[in-house]
Amino acid sequence: MNKKVYVIPEQGISNPIKINPDLCSGCNKCVEICQVDIFIPSPVKHKPPIVAYPGECWYCGCCVMECPYPGAITLNPLSMNKVNWKLKNNTLR
Amino acid sequence: MRKNFIDNLEWPYPVKYHLENEINTDVLVLGGGIAGCWAAIAAARKGVKVALVDKGAIIRSGAGGSGCDHWESAATNPCSHVSPEELTLAMIKDHNGYNNGISHYIECREGYDRLLDLEKMGGKIRDTEDEFKGAEFRDEKTKFLFAYDYENKFTLRVWGTTFKPALYKECKRLGVEIYDRTMVTSLLTEGGIQGNRVVGATGINGRTGEFFIFKAKANLLCMARPSRIWLFSPSFPGISEFRPLQCMGDGHAMAWNVGVEFTMMEKSIRGQWSGERSYPPYGTGNTHNTWYACSMVDAEGKELPWIDRDGNILDNISQRYRPASGQKLFLKGGGESDFHLYEFQGPDILPIEDLLKNGFKLPFYADLPSMPEFERKAIWGLMVGQEGKSKIPILKTYTEAGFDPEKHLLQSYGEGWTSASFLPRERQLFGLPGGILNDWNLKTNLEGLYAAGDQLFASDCVGHAAATGYYAGRHAADYAIRSSVPNIDYQQVNSEKSRIYSIINQRDDGLKWKEFNLHITRIMQNYCGEIKSDELLKIGLKQLEDMEHEEALRLYARNPHELIRSLEVLNILTNGKIIMYSCLARKASSKLLHFLRSDYPEMDPPDWHKFITVKLENNEIKIGELPIDYYGSLTENYAIHNEEYITGRVNK
Repeated sequence: MNKKVYVIPEQGISNPIKINPDLCSGCNKCVEICQVDIFIPSPVKHKPPIVAYPGECWYCGCCVMECPYPGAITLNPLSMNKVNWKLKNNTLR
Repeated sequence: MRKNFIDNLEWPYPVKYHLENEINTDVLVLGGGIAGCWAAIAAARKGVKVALVDKGAIIRSGAGGSGCDHWESAATNPCSHVSPEELTLAMIKDHNGYNNGISHYIECREGYDRLLDLEKMGGKIRDTEDEFKGAEFRDEKTKFLFAYDYENKFTLRVWGTTFKPALYKECKRLGVEIYDRTMVTSLLTEGGIQGNRVVGATGINGRTGEFFIFKAKANLLCMARPSRIWLFSPSFPGISEFRPLQCMGDGHAMAWNVGVEFTMMEKSIRGQWSGERSYPPYGTGNTHNTWYACSMVDAEGKELPWIDRDGNILDNISQRYRPASGQKLFLKGGGESDFHLYEFQGPDILPIEDLLKNGFKLPFYADLPSMPEFERKAIWGLMVGQEGKSKIPILKTYTEAGFDPEKHLLQSYGEGWTSASFLPRERQLFGLPGGILNDWNLKTNLEGLYAAGDQLFASDCVGHAAATGYYAGRHAADYAIRSSVPNIDYQQVNSEKSRIYSIINQRDDGLKWKEFNLHITRIMQNYCGEIKSDELLKIGLKQLEDMEHEEALRLYARNPHELIRSLEVLNILTNGKIIMYSCLARKASSKLLHFLRSDYPEMDPPDWHKFITVKLENNEIKIGELPIDYYGSLTENYAIHNEEYITGRVNK
């Protein structure tokens, strides 16, 4: 139990964008398409961008539509927005 | 890990506060959404120099940037059974006259021209792959797919995710100068005087913080309608309202400051959608808009009855897409009955109180599996897939999580598409809200200034934005061609520069933009909620003015991005004031304006059946009025102002 604990200044409470670093080329096309400008490019070339303003995401998915590498970027819906559905024969999913 | 990393991260772009860029152009288009792109295209086709400015990246910016699933009021398409006149008059009557006869006539008359234009640019407007061959809503000759009223065929289902990139490409091809990531901060007037000719604008880049001075012969306001006035989520600011965070009405605020005249700004309706409480739009079981006219079942699988406007139960699904017996046309159905007159009311499911009384059990579900295959594919796949933000957050996300439209029932929450209930004081500018007053050129009351799309009063939908954008663009270009090069007043420019850059000065008692926005919504809810009175409104106005004189001076930003957000909340404050002044000016309640006055409770007294206008003149509020039909004959006035377009001398 000697691990240090840090004060982390409060930031956004949502995490709307998931980037897979193995698939992302760091091309920053998502940075350039986002109309709200929630991303900033990584200071290291060819590395995934940083979601600097996660709370400002309006969940349009344009970054996903624009990404040339399928699976490199995914939209991570708010967990409270998980909608219920069931099979027509009444079995819950 | 991200959090530790980001704390020490340097701003990634070169910061150039105070650096001035001066741009000269013939036509300056402010806002590059659907309306702005069309305005730029129309002006560029007239051969003038055009600059287009937007806070986001124009390729996908604006409320319609990520998509749209249907295009309303294309009354001149070859399959339509209504004339532009008939449809516009229906829309006016449906709102007891409180509607924009000019802009909606333009929408009905020219919207279809814009669709054909879009197709040439690479947008998809018809079922070229024959996916829906044989469907009831498809015209086999044109391959158009229709929505809602299948008999009158004036609303088309479209592949709207293809539209914005196509418009952007066309702007570039025509040589329009693009200024992305640039927030417009103010309008410039001749001699710096309120009410004079508009001669350009100022802007600031949201990444570098550098300053822009745009000088133009003609100027167009194509920005968003105001939002974040009553509803703001500091936790999820991006989904505070239906439109994107930064589409919050900068254009209204800067127009107000230079003396532009507004009307109907007293109208607001009870909240329809706000992301902290609602599910993603069109992501739950419902019958509205994108989901029209999906079958619904109750908890035990019993189908909810659909009725026509007279309460007759409809026997089959096809009838949901047809006017009632003796009815010429309907203006949408499904969850909209509160908004439409009996004459134009469409089919709907029984009201919830009646359903519960008749033994139907909650929760309800959308029953896509029971819909005919073409209707199911049109809802789930075409419309949920092309609508504003449904392709990735709904279609892709749900599909990957295992949702199968042939097998699953999707639950409904709250009240239909809204999926949440709001308090009467939680309001929005939605459903034909107020805005800038326009004439038959889509010109404002100021020389050199035109408006289109969501900045016009009683605006809605993509077809309206496109048609009015194009129309305003060509009239603004005509003005630019015949007018002189304007002079900028540099005192006005310098005072705007100091206003902007004062926000980057750090201070110990600093206030951030989110707290500021939240304070505005608190005041608006308390003093400009559902029930209004002179006393309440005056206290509210005083509180907004106090904010302007005290807290506004404490706003601070640590980088260009925060600077943009801070300038936005100052505009939201101004927009709140426009609303309060407009509410004070109308001394009567009105049903169709959703306007209740406790001190003037009589509903719609005939003397008040008129447009009330407000503007600043010598920094004093000036109230005016116009007859409810101030725009005169639709066909005659359109003909007088658009001879070139009608005779085909202007590129259609």
